[in-house]
Amino acid sequence: MAENVKPRVRVPKTASRDEVITIKTLISHPMESGQRKDKDGNTVPRSIINRFTAEFNGQLVVDTRLEPAISTNPYLEFDARVPETGEFKFTWYDDDGSVYENVQKVDVS
Amino acid sequence: LGLLPIAVRAQDAAAAPAMTADDMIAEFTGGAAVADGDGVTLTAPEIAENGNTVPISVDAPGASEILVLALENPTPGVARFTFGPLAASQAAATRIRLAKTQDVVAIAKLADGSFVRTASNVKVTIGGCGG
Repeated sequence: MAENVKPRVRVPKTASRDEVITIKTLISHPMESGQRKDKDGNTVPRSIINRFTAEFNGQLVVDTRLEPAISTNPYLEFDARVPETGEFKFTWYDDDGSVYENVQKVDVS
Repeated sequence: LGLLPIAVRAQDAAAAPAMTADDMIAEFTGGAAVADGDGVTLTAPEIAENGNTVPISVDAPGASEILVLALENPTPGVARFTFGPLAASQAAATRIRLAKTQDVVAIAKLADGSFVRTASNVKVTIGGCGG
């Protein structure tokens, strides 16, 4: 079970219609690869964020499958287009079944 | 003694889900041919002083999906990006782990359904001091 998992995202608060905005996301997570051994020589079981999705008003921006090769505190950067005022919903799925969500409102003028 | 079978089973479980790079490519393309060349860009450093966090980015205009593999890692999968209607570009950046010097590969499924591939060699100098 990963502890102190905290999502952070950078999204502008306002945008013009159909503007391309760059979104940066980071979530604090050890991304235990399942390859490491502890000091007694036992393999530390895999425990990673295995999927990330970004949606705007229910429409998909990007859906990403993450593997153990993604670094600790997975960082993702991508571009979205915002056709109207609404909300981004970011969701991270953990191997342990936990789901972490973050919602960001964007006003489109 | 009673604990031994559990330990063995745990090891089996850890070893089981090892898909090879070829398996992952076949799953991604459905067996279709993959061309080398234009249509997908992979940006990665030539030299990474720390294999634990190597910045990479992929870009494939018009693509619906991009698969990223690290061929010499213990498990070759890195990420698979699926772009939706509100993706302003079919591009993404992240940070990855590389166990050693190797080729990082990106394969994109383009708008016409064809697949293109590119690779970039990254030298990993763990514990190095820039030399």
